[in-house]
Amino acid sequence: MNDLARSQNQETFVLNLGPQHPATHGVLRVKLTMDGEYVVHAEPVLGYVHRMHEKMGENRTWAQFMPNTARLDYLGALSYNHGYVKVVEQAMGIEVPERAEYLRVITVELNRIASHLLWYGAFVLDLGGFTPLLYAFDDREHVLDLLESVTGSRLTFCYFRFGGLYNDVDDNFVGGARAFIKRLRRRLPDYHNLVTKNIILIKRLKDVGVLSAEMCRKYGATGPVLRGSGVDYDVRRNEPYSVYPELDFEVPVYGEGDSMARYMVRMDEIEQCMRIVEQALDKLPEGPVVAEKVPKILKPPPGDYYSAVEAARGTFGIRIVSDGTNTPYRMKLRSPTFSNLSLFGEASRGMLLPDALALMGSLDLVIPEIDR
Amino acid sequence: MILSEPWRLLVFVAGIIAFIALNAAYLVWLERKVAGHIQRRIGPKEVGPFGLLQPLADGIKLMSKQLLVPKGVDPLLFKVAPLLVLVPAVMSFVTIPFSEKLVARNIDIGLLMIFAFASVNVMGLLLGGWGSNNKYAVISAARAVSQNVAYEIPMLITVVTMIMLTHTMNLNEIVIQQAGGVWNWHIFANPLMPIAFLIFFICSLAETNRAPFDLGEAESELIAGFHTEYSGMGFGVFFMGEYANIIIGCGLATILFLGGWQCPFGILPGWWWFLAKVYFLIFCVMWIRWTYPRTTLWGLLNLSWKILIPFSLLILLLTGAMIKVWPLITGAS
Amino acid sequence: MSGYFKELFGGTKSLAVGLGITIKYMVKPVVTVQYPHETLVMTPRFRGHIELVGNEETGAPNCVVCGMCQKACPSNCISLAGEKPEGAKKKILTSYILDFTKCSLCGLCVESCKFEAIAFSRDYNLAGPRKDAYVFDLKKRLEEKSG
Ligand code: SF4
Ligand code: SF4
Repeated sequence: MNDLARSQNQETFVLNLGPQHPATHGVLRVKLTMDGEYVVHAEPVLGYVHRMHEKMGENRTWAQFMPNTARLDYLGALSYNHGYVKVVEQAMGIEVPERAEYLRVITVELNRIASHLLWYGAFVLDLGGFTPLLYAFDDREHVLDLLESVTGSRLTFCYFRFGGLYNDVDDNFVGGARAFIKRLRRRLPDYHNLVTKNIILIKRLKDVGVLSAEMCRKYGATGPVLRGSGVDYDVRRNEPYSVYPELDFEVPVYGEGDSMARYMVRMDEIEQCMRIVEQALDKLPEGPVVAEKVPKILKPPPGDYYSAVEAARGTFGIRIVSDGTNTPYRMKLRSPTFSNLSLFGEASRGMLLPDALALMGSLDLVIPEIDR
Repeated sequence: MILSEPWRLLVFVAGIIAFIALNAAYLVWLERKVAGHIQRRIGPKEVGPFGLLQPLADGIKLMSKQLLVPKGVDPLLFKVAPLLVLVPAVMSFVTIPFSEKLVARNIDIGLLMIFAFASVNVMGLLLGGWGSNNKYAVISAARAVSQNVAYEIPMLITVVTMIMLTHTMNLNEIVIQQAGGVWNWHIFANPLMPIAFLIFFICSLAETNRAPFDLGEAESELIAGFHTEYSGMGFGVFFMGEYANIIIGCGLATILFLGGWQCPFGILPGWWWFLAKVYFLIFCVMWIRWTYPRTTLWGLLNLSWKILIPFSLLILLLTGAMIKVWPLITGAS
Repeated sequence: MSGYFKELFGGTKSLAVGLGITIKYMVKPVVTVQYPHETLVMTPRFRGHIELVGNEETGAPNCVVCGMCQKACPSNCISLAGEKPEGAKKKILTSYILDFTKCSLCGLCVESCKFEAIAFSRDYNLAGPRKDAYVFDLKKRLEEKSG
């Protein structure tokens, strides 16, 4: 009698999903207690890519922490750049020139599109469809080319600086961004016809993994997960920052709370991002891209500062405590997918394994950001 | 050259095995090319012109790999399972007519025999999954079995319809009945037949565990399903069996519905037409695989019980009515 | 019952539409770049590893060994040394070593240099089997480049 036969005498068995499993996108491990194909209990085990980013922050100067922010959520790195420079600027009282703010919004939104495109592909891949991933990558490549031409990197951007940007953009970028949006507008119908309207996908996502607004609140879920459960909350609109108030965009909200709703929120968000980028390009003022009076050595006045931005996966909050020296005293990062993942244990109870994985995919997890 | 019957059979079986191996190798190549171009990339291209030698390289790699038998497996079941998938496939080929003469054994119950062997195939998956002592493999094996059982029913009902129509289970005779142009193919025999063909095709997709019904293999859920623990040629044989089953599924569809080796224009030998039709269907199978996401077990069973079985039963009844009742009415008048 | 048929037809249609899209893309030309047979030229701002910038005429490094880049680097990738020859006004660089294995390409060093002595290179073919192949002697590289 082999091991498995012996464990059959029990009612349930433990299935280790990960840390190396195709569906966990990295090194997340979920300990599943299974009854046949039904999940009885799911326990995410974290920490496989823990790199002590918060502690690292305490050991380097304010400026030197910049590259770390790009390595939390490497798929939407610019939002994290933004969150960090924003909180330090707030502490220092630095005014950012308008042009820089507009360019920040443009690049962040382009980055959000890239992130959602990747999620779209990876999610459908979780559901067993391989081809949409490659189509999404094709488009994402174009965004990354654009971002590379201004920031110099394709993934782990380190583009924003306290008081502005690393460097200005040129007309090529503006033209390129418009061309890309035109291209994506042409491609999106294909995405919807190939995937969104596909009966197999609808059957897999509709009414699967329903999260109530209450559960989202309980676990602090944010971003598309929260908005897919009918809660109309977006930091860009509810706690406006940068030049978002001057731009006209909608916050897509779906009330169903199932995986399909989260899918639709993100797909609609791509469209809204395009709108934001277009408007920002139209309004892009001339002027400097770095504030004039940014001290060489940063020493924010002692105090406790918090600031949040809407990253591709939800609210990225960052709290810094300064003791007036040139290194942070404490740095606390609130990463959205950590909260989004924590509801998985409760939400997946009683689900079939493929449905639970669809739910996990719809949470859009980026493991390095959870583990930090 | 006339060979005595046992020798002829032996030559054919050797030929079939060679055919299966070669086909498996080049279908993988084709699959990768089709997938590549659907996804707007090239696919294999480095080894040989157009990557045509890639299957050879892969084959050598698979054969030279260690046949790993993990700890805790049931050694006998583990080793027998791949063969249980491949051998029935080889046996099924015996009755498939590639052309009027090119058939290893032209027996009167060919159709029945193929379905008999097709059910052994699922046994191989079950034993492989169970013998692997791997939880993913067991889940996958259980899935594969329930899937196969569910899809055998509509498939067999459709086949019964065909038998009612053709009055024979001899595959070669079924093909001969479809002589004389495209309109004599059974798919156009009556308005219900295209639907029957569709049902048959969907069922053969499900029977061969192909996407969107690849629940057994579901790599984003179950790693590699029942062959998770297999390495080297153990995996290779599973693979060959899988592709052989695809050829059988598409071959049967061709024979039953698309006129087998009958050529619509009277040019080129019969086996050429047979293979052309089969490969066209195989292309469709690949095309489907690279288009859709995977269904779940519930979705699959729903499709089978709520759509395929009622429809195939309906077709069975209507065809029966057409055959028996129609002559009565017209004959009476 | 009508819902059943509606779903059946709608579903079948959606599947057919999906097949139409994939076959449409299948006959379109491929979009991938066949690396390494084809390569792309990096954009001017591409951030490769840093390299020293030499004086346009003499080819000698612009660096004045102020050490700002070393101090700015978050990962301590840069180690440099210089000496002041007898009678000279400025220090000259004797070695400039970049440990690229730790570099995060953040650009803080390039930004901190006021003498335009370092810049990003456009190298991206940087794969290799050994770690120590990525400890670059930038001074030697510059000398090789200016011949
Ligand atoms: S780019 Fe950043 S990490 Fe790399 S050497 Fe310069 S300062 Fe250091
Ligand atoms: S900052 Fe510039 S000048 Fe100073 S040591 Fe570095 S490279 Fe040389």
